[in-house]
Amino acid sequence: MTGAAHAPALEARGLRRRLGITDAVAGLDLTVRPGELYGLVGPDGAGKTTALRLLVGLLVPDAGEARVDGVSVMSGGPALREALGYMPQQFSLYGDLSVAENMRFFADLFGLAPAIFRQREAELMQLTRLDRFRDRRASALSGGMYKKLALSCALLHRPRVLVLDEPTNGVDPVSRRELWDLLYQLVDEGLAVLLATPYMDEAARCHRVGLMYAGKLLAEDTPAALVKGFDDVTWLVHLSDAADPGARDAAEARLRERPEVRALSPQGGGLRVVVDRAGDAEFRRYFAAADAHWRLSPVAPDFEDVFLRLVTHAS
Amino acid sequence: MRAEANPNVIEVEGLTRLFGDFRAVDDVNFQVRRGEIFGYLGANGAGKSTTIRMLCGLLAPTGGRATVAGADIAREPQRVKERIGYMSQKFSLYMDLSVVENLNFFASAYGLAGAERRARIGDALAQADLEGKGDLVTRDLAGGVRQRLALASALLHRPPIIFLDEPTAGVDPVARRGFWRVIRELSRAGTTIFVTTHHLDEAELCHRVGLMVDGKLVALDTPEGLKRTHVPGTMMSVGGQGEGRARNIAAAVTGAPGVLAVQPFGLRVHVRVDDRLAAPAAFGAFLASRGLPADDVEVVEPGLEDVFLALVQR
Repeated sequence: MTGAAHAPALEARGLRRRLGITDAVAGLDLTVRPGELYGLVGPDGAGKTTALRLLVGLLVPDAGEARVDGVSVMSGGPALREALGYMPQQFSLYGDLSVAENMRFFADLFGLAPAIFRQREAELMQLTRLDRFRDRRASALSGGMYKKLALSCALLHRPRVLVLDEPTNGVDPVSRRELWDLLYQLVDEGLAVLLATPYMDEAARCHRVGLMYAGKLLAEDTPAALVKGFDDVTWLVHLSDAADPGARDAAEARLRERPEVRALSPQGGGLRVVVDRAGDAEFRRYFAAADAHWRLSPVAPDFEDVFLRLVTHAS
Repeated sequence: MRAEANPNVIEVEGLTRLFGDFRAVDDVNFQVRRGEIFGYLGANGAGKSTTIRMLCGLLAPTGGRATVAGADIAREPQRVKERIGYMSQKFSLYMDLSVVENLNFFASAYGLAGAERRARIGDALAQADLEGKGDLVTRDLAGGVRQRLALASALLHRPPIIFLDEPTAGVDPVARRGFWRVIRELSRAGTTIFVTTHHLDEAELCHRVGLMVDGKLVALDTPEGLKRTHVPGTMMSVGGQGEGRARNIAAAVTGAPGVLAVQPFGLRVHVRVDDRLAAPAAFGAFLASRGLPADDVEVVEPGLEDVFLALVQR
């Protein structure tokens, strides 16, 4: 493993936390190394946000421990605050303050010397291209710019560990890619990043991914290895009249009846089908006889297939 | 009635909206057919919301014209409002009301009463998988269920067209699949769907997709057609073998002859190439010539995100 020599920057051991009647986090172990981008993915209510709050010390665990740079997050103190940057899902900025005022506020919170603040502010403004908007109120920023400002405020004190809760929710694709480029750049410089996301295309961009469900990790690996371990067969069904949505819908209804078909979704003019490996021969026999105009070609499984399979099994 | 014979539920001609000197929507033209799932994409601030607000009869255009379900948006905004449904992530349900209280509220707003109202609310509960659960407080519903309740509420008055403004922001894949199954059923039954989203895997599910950049509609086609036109070439995914390496690969191939676009993708790099480098042997030789290993290369399909970036970063 490439990063095995590094000590973990962020570590969870046997973390548990009950919220009301649910075990929101039910025994979580994970590590994030310096220079690693780790994605925590899972459906709504899987416990991602609670896990992040435990990891940054905002919630007290019922059992287990979280450490940042080897320091227990429950010990608190200045060492932890300096090591950690956290961007929550909901509004973390002051809407009635300007971009520049928000940054100054967070710099004061972390006690940055004025000269250091000016230098880092300039760097971050340039990196995020927020310089043009420095006098705009945070509440008047677009979704993408708001997230970039929140990220800048979380980075001002140069943390070694950055924890992000759904950083791209509501952000358009261009700003989203800019945010990702920014993250890759920071990670290349050695920052450890843990982010939670409900989006599978984003999970596929992480170095390592943990699939969370019902408070636990169902699987953890690189995205490529998770996809490689996918045991079902994925096919693309090409229809004779790809332009006719009615034809696609009719085909979908027929294929959905098949017991060996696990999942079905439109893709392009055709249908993407996930078939149980044990039933694959049966499926191809059925297919050959079903409609002379349909054609079948193999496609690679993707991360969403893996996710849906694991979640379906677990529930 | 003329609208009966017309296959288009939305017709937009030269639609323009100024805010001061700022052209938020600039000479936009398109039609949406009955039963079509029409995706409307664009960066934050590109003019999507302004377009939707005009099409919903909430904002008067500065120039051009549009009809929605046969009603003119400038002259008959009230008729437009009666004939459409609208749902967004931001504006939908009252969290502290029960499921049935929410449905009753929307039914009143749409002027439904008596047996018809009871029947429609029953249908809405079925559509959201909430039969027998009408007393649950909306706040306690799972995100995906709440989403479907919001959709059912917006459809209580059976509009021929529904506008969905980022309907699935923050919703997980399981719930999103369920939501889109309902959308496709509605489309099959003849309801027209006009949807904005930032998630381009969802745009792939639309029949046609329009893309707005700086107030203008710069592209409109099927997802496949958009990819053919705007993302030519072959996309290679090259393994990066360890953190940090992906960026080195990207730096080594960017700008080389035959390379059209380069994008880091986790531990891998996506390299789009033209015909010169599209053959596996040619691409392998190209990587070797730059001192890069060629043993971990896969051809991948470009997505609508690649289309989006190609058009926006022009």
